[in-house]
Amino acid sequence: MNTVQFFGLFNYWVVIFLMMVGFYMIIARHNFIKKVIGVNIFQIAVILMYITMGKIHGGTAPIVKSEIAQHFAHHESHEDDSHEHTSSDGSKAEEHPFVDTTVYSHPLPSVLMLTAIVVGVGTTAVALSLIVRIREDYGTIEEDEALAMDRAQS
Amino acid sequence: MYVVTFGILVLLMVTAIMVARMRNLWAAVMATGIFSFLGACWMMLLDAPDVSFTEAAVGAGISTVLMLGTLALVGKQEIACKVKLIPLLTVTFTGLALVYGTLDMPMYGDANAPIHVYPSPGYVEKSMREMHGLPNVVTSVLASYRGFDTLGETMVVFTAGIGALLILMCDPKSTQKIEAAPSSQSGLKMRDFLIIRVVAKMLIPFIIMFGLYVQFHGDYGPGGGFQAGVIIASAFILYGLVFGLDATQRVAPKSVIEKLLALGLMIYAGTGFLTLALGGQFLDYNLLEHHWMTEHHVPSGQHLGIFMVEMGVGITVTAVMITIYYAFAGRRPAV
Repeated sequence: MNTVQFFGLFNYWVVIFLMMVGFYMIIARHNFIKKVIGVNIFQIAVILMYITMGKIHGGTAPIVKSEIAQHFAHHESHEDDSHEHTSSDGSKAEEHPFVDTTVYSHPLPSVLMLTAIVVGVGTTAVALSLIVRIREDYGTIEEDEALAMDRAQS
Repeated sequence: MYVVTFGILVLLMVTAIMVARMRNLWAAVMATGIFSFLGACWMMLLDAPDVSFTEAAVGAGISTVLMLGTLALVGKQEIACKVKLIPLLTVTFTGLALVYGTLDMPMYGDANAPIHVYPSPGYVEKSMREMHGLPNVVTSVLASYRGFDTLGETMVVFTAGIGALLILMCDPKSTQKIEAAPSSQSGLKMRDFLIIRVVAKMLIPFIIMFGLYVQFHGDYGPGGGFQAGVIIASAFILYGLVFGLDATQRVAPKSVIEKLLALGLMIYAGTGFLTLALGGQFLDYNLLEHHWMTEHHVPSGQHLGIFMVEMGVGITVTAVMITIYYAFAGRRPAV
């Protein structure tokens, strides 16, 4: 284990640690709210793992500078309808095609995880509403007590 | 930079342990909010402002409010239980196995990692050309390249809203209880505190304004429909927390919100069917190209399509979050 390896892999270890804390809360705690919190922590850990994989050294967020973006917007829209504009303001750009030298981190993990977070809050809401109903019918939010009541009935 | 990152990571781990050990559920929920916020900070350092934004709004904001709302209904104390050996061992072994697995993973920030090389390294450049210079590549992938996937995600959020509504729909038993019990159980209500009332009233317009900015600026900077929806909903939830559910339902009636729930999804799917009707594929925004666009400074059909789709997402997410809040706040605590 050398320093390079430690600094290269610490992000995964932190994520695994958080994941295991969430996992422990899911399997060892009897309180339903605690279980839902455990699921949330696990979920954030998974999201963080995807995001760390998209990171690149010296990179920046995948949002292009407006000058460069403007160039692409004008270049495309003026190409099909009129050539006067291209010759008046875009001629220089035509000769030297724009080269964007910025290093961008990977956009794909961001996209996937963004929607995962919002879906996560949806599932959390459904889980919490189920807990509310369980509390109303069983009078408890502890798993073992609810199970004992079920067994006593059958 | 490493110092800041390490600080955040240590805090993340400490907070996680704290949450697991706490007996008081109120405190545990608040600590979960802090945990989410720290996670959002790390995401910011990892060059993912869009995700960080969402996590801060959703994880630290809406989730916490929902959990506190649940605790108000179910009680706040967890029955003490000891640290159990078998789960602890299971977790330790799983963790060790996973750590062993990471030894083969690419290094942090390595430019030659498989994810950056395969399938194509030039995501940003390709998106610039095909999306006619839409600055935020995350938005272009979310709403255009993976538009169908995002439609599915919006559908899941919609379903979650409907599901929560169905589970917590008022049954006759609990309506009787509402009539029996007066709405104010404790003497003081939120609205009796002058500072909270004034500050909330001052903040709400700015929160909504910010939400609209995030909504309509999502293709130029971090943001988009998902974040904007949550932010706008949080303004309504703040109003509800301070001034009560009845006042909020006068501003945003339940029937209107329920219709908006479906409207957003219909705008999204309708955009897809519009492109079908124009003779293209589902959600192929290039077909929305029209000659008036150059006059109105819309660079291309892609921009218009992404705008419409994001609006649909924003409306649905706002409506779902408000619906879920109504469903929780409309119930009385069980005896």
